[in-house]
Amino acid sequence: MLTRPDPGSVTILFEGAPIRARAGESVASALLAAGILAVRTTPVSGAPRGPFCMMGACFDCLAVVDGVGGVQTCLVPVREGMRIERQHGARDVAAEDAA
Amino acid sequence: MRVDLAIIGAGPAGIAAATEARAHGLSVLVLDENPAPGGRIWQAIEARAAKDDEDRAAQEAVRAFRASGAEARFGATVWCVEPEGRVYWSEQGRARDAEATQVLIATGTTERPLPIPGWTLPGVMTVGAAQIALKTGGLVPDRDVWIAGQGPLLLLYATQALAAGGRIAGVLDLAEPSGRRRALAHLPAALRAPSYLARGVAWRLALRRAGVPWIRAAEIRAEGAARLERIRFVADGAVHTRPASLLLLHDGVIPSVQITRALGCAHVWDEAQRCWKPTTDMWGRSSHARIAIAGDGAGVGGAAVAALSGRIAALGIAAALGRLGEAARDSAAAPLLAARAKHLAVRPFLDTLFAPLPIRPEDDTILCRCEEVTAGRVREAVALGCLGANQLKSFTRAGMGPCQGRMCGPSVAAVIAAERGVPVQEVEPYRLRFPTKPLTLGELAALHEQEEALEPHTS
Amino acid sequence: MMAERFDVAVVGGGMVGSAIAVGCARRGARTVLLDEGDVALRAARGNFGLVWSQGKGDGMPAYAAWTRESLRHWDSFAEAMSGAAGTDIGFRRKGGLIFTLGEQEWEQRVEDVRRLHNQIGGASTPVRMLDRRELEELIPGTPLGPRVLGASLAPEDGHVNPLLLLRGMHAAFRAAGGTHRPGAPVDAVRPGFTLHRGAESIAAERVVIAAGLGTPKLAAMLGMPVPVHPVRGQNMVTERLPPMLPLPASAIRQTAEGVVQIGVSYEENLWETATTVKELARMAARAVQVLPPLRHARIVRAWGALRPMTPDRYPIYAQSQAHPGAYVAVCHSGVTLSAAHAGPLAEGILAGRLPDLVAELGPDRFHADAA
Ligand SMILES: Cc1cc2nc3c(=O)[nH]c(=O)nc-3n(C[C@H](O)[C@H](O)[C@H](O)COP(=O)(O)OP(=O)(O)OC[C@H]3O[C@@H](n4cnc5c(N)ncnc54)[C@H](O)[C@@H]3O)c2cc1C
Ligand SMILES: Cc1cc2nc3c(=O)[nH]c(=O)nc-3n(C[C@H](O)[C@H](O)[C@H](O)COP(=O)(O)OP(=O)(O)OC[C@H]3O[C@@H](n4cnc5c(N)ncnc54)[C@H](O)[C@@H]3O)c2cc1C
Repeated sequence: MLTRPDPGSVTILFEGAPIRARAGESVASALLAAGILAVRTTPVSGAPRGPFCMMGACFDCLAVVDGVGGVQTCLVPVREGMRIERQHGARDVAAEDAA
Repeated sequence: MRVDLAIIGAGPAGIAAATEARAHGLSVLVLDENPAPGGRIWQAIEARAAKDDEDRAAQEAVRAFRASGAEARFGATVWCVEPEGRVYWSEQGRARDAEATQVLIATGTTERPLPIPGWTLPGVMTVGAAQIALKTGGLVPDRDVWIAGQGPLLLLYATQALAAGGRIAGVLDLAEPSGRRRALAHLPAALRAPSYLARGVAWRLALRRAGVPWIRAAEIRAEGAARLERIRFVADGAVHTRPASLLLLHDGVIPSVQITRALGCAHVWDEAQRCWKPTTDMWGRSSHARIAIAGDGAGVGGAAVAALSGRIAALGIAAALGRLGEAARDSAAAPLLAARAKHLAVRPFLDTLFAPLPIRPEDDTILCRCEEVTAGRVREAVALGCLGANQLKSFTRAGMGPCQGRMCGPSVAAVIAAERGVPVQEVEPYRLRFPTKPLTLGELAALHEQEEALEPHTS
Repeated sequence: MMAERFDVAVVGGGMVGSAIAVGCARRGARTVLLDEGDVALRAARGNFGLVWSQGKGDGMPAYAAWTRESLRHWDSFAEAMSGAAGTDIGFRRKGGLIFTLGEQEWEQRVEDVRRLHNQIGGASTPVRMLDRRELEELIPGTPLGPRVLGASLAPEDGHVNPLLLLRGMHAAFRAAGGTHRPGAPVDAVRPGFTLHRGAESIAAERVVIAAGLGTPKLAAMLGMPVPVHPVRGQNMVTERLPPMLPLPASAIRQTAEGVVQIGVSYEENLWETATTVKELARMAARAVQVLPPLRHARIVRAWGALRPMTPDRYPIYAQSQAHPGAYVAVCHSGVTLSAAHAGPLAEGILAGRLPDLVAELGPDRFHADAA
């Protein structure tokens, strides 16, 4: 696991539960700090996946950020109050559009 | 927007190029998808406390860049570069574009994929990923964290993690021992740049002092149900199983050639580093008149070489645009070229010592993470007559997912080569087309000028 | 060295050559399939995957009839190719749509359908117009945009995964004992017939030139002038999405994997397969008008591919009069026609006489003095 002494002063919500984050870090980094390794299931086989490369190349850290699916969480900096949900399989753009 | 020079990537190469180009009066646009300048080695350098002279020099370089007057845009993901110089990127959910007389591509490297059984499990990441988490989030490894593979970044990260108070369960050295012997032949030349050697020795010492087990291992597997739970490997002729909360893989870095490939720039096979790189001349000019490449994206030389080549490329571009006479260009470039040659003297030694691992995946090992295509499926397609990655992509979907083959390209090519019994450079790599990074259809549609989208003239 | 001898040599392992080769090999002919390497102008790898009759054969009833003939063979052909590929090649035929955006397109479509219907010799298959309400009844869950006034529907049309189709054809060809030789272009074909490829030469009783854009050069060596030029088409695909479009449509379809494929462009006489932002943006603008939620979907890949196109856009099939036993086959709807190519066309080639249905589709229609 990855840990740190100072959990940071920003609060984001993962699946509705608050987790602490550091200003300037990415969403993926904050999730790792909170011990959350799996952020999605693949649309191919349903297998769980989580951050792998942390530099925008692998597309494994995709999650729903503030209602938008398929976001590369390693490239998005945390913001106070941000809502993150797991991405389950294929992204439902029709539901996002209706919301 | 119109600029003299558009630079893609604000790592050491892009930063140095922008600063130098501004000094010669060029208008400069710098685009980087990271939230701040620094690239990989200097990631989040402005937010970190400087620990040593190197950090201070990096911060100084970034300060000079910030003050240079270059227009720098972060969170800006470039997805298309046209040979005529138009650059397209995505920023805050909007597609934008700019016209540049010259484009410098300084997009650096990605880590060479190291496909092992179970590497798609949550809890398996790359060493580079953990280093980014360390630099940007202060995250350190703790309890049952294993590192496996080979390469200088692996050693560097382990040292940095320990210095930051982290704990590492062990390092699994997957390198074949013959590399060490062969590297010795290149040692005399390497002594021209002794700092690299001293650093390597210091890293190994730091690990030993911290009591981190260093295990020569093979056949490593990541295992677990919904996430990594343990690793299994062979060492000293026996199979070992260890609990693992995190496994960090590494097998060196390779140039990010997405943009230069999609542009159709000429590429060459670098046998020493076993990767493709764009063809460049001493000024970083590609086979396309308006496109230059600097930094590790033109061939891995490390951060110092990247910064030097960024400055050299900027001098070449300034001269090409008539802002600098040829004589002035050459005298300004001379010391930079000499310094670069000195740094590069160590490469043959490092490239041999840190030779990439052979890729011999078992049939059920996933190669394409996006489409979940195994090595066995790749081998079946070769048996159907696929000679290269492109027909294979059609037959298996390998390389068709959002990463566009970044994670599977080298290993798919290696497996095809092994099946065909030819050298890997004879295997055509994936052909890439823009957009080389995803953007939404809405963003793209907004670039369409007419109010009404008309049906094309059909047949 | 003696040249290897085959009953049939097919030049070109794209959509057309592979289908003919599979048809010959499955009928027991000793067949060799000669193809270029991994990077080649191969529309078989870059097309849209429609199995399509709608709009085909306007002004050329023979083409409409030939398309209809192919559709007749598609179910059994798809089953055989799925079997060979070892996976479902994704052939689905529940109808195909052409959406109309705005009044003008609707009226144009009504007129086109009426004209084709009234053509002497008939349309290839039935087509009818659906207004917005009828369309919503047909595809109730599909989030259509407000400008979609309706669509034309050809109930017998469908789509397929064209890449798995190609794979299936190659696998079926090998399973039927065919000899597959990819890797290099055939440089020359001599009457008799001998095919030259580098240092290699191959002899065959019959030769079929089905090399797409490479056809004219080789066909000329056998006295057949075949005019073919490239028309580039660009495509893009989204990330995988849940099912939202159950029927394929012209320029927009959802694949079995969930990917939405968006086409297409028609760019004449370009010899390169790059993409351009201009065309992709136009295609995207139309797609988001048809299905507005797609505006959120990410494009994960785009490509260009070249259609082998004849001057009047209809296929060309011929046997050389100067050198009987030499054939040429080239067309721009090679996916749709693949069932006919593997069936009646291959049968005709082995029998030494092309099917009557393609009698009007020879190249002499362009050259009064053709050999
Ligand atoms: C994960 C990782 C960690 C590394 N850490 C070290 C280290 O600690 N020490 C060391 O000596 N070397 C390290 N390296 C090696 C590194 O490549 C070089 O040392 C150095 O950073 C190269 O500088 P550069 O300017 O060529 O590229 P980079 O520093 O890699 O900079 C490239 C920049 O381009 C940007 N970019 C890429 N594609 C796009 C795009 N499409 N649109 C917009 N922006 C884009 C990236 O965000 C990045 O900021 C690391 C490499 C990797 C992959
Ligand atoms: C964007 C696009 C969308 C399309 N959509 C559809 C669709 O929805 N439905 C449909 O039915 N059709 C569609 N098509 C058309 C279809 O793809 C073509 O009609 C079909 O691929 C043509 O087959 P071909 O074998 O003649 O040519 P290709 O598929 O291009 O294959 C030609 C082959 O010949 C080989 N070759 C060339 N020269 C030589 C030589 N000298 N020696 C050996 N081999 C050689 C090439 O390497 C290649 O393998 C589309 C095409 C494009 C480009």
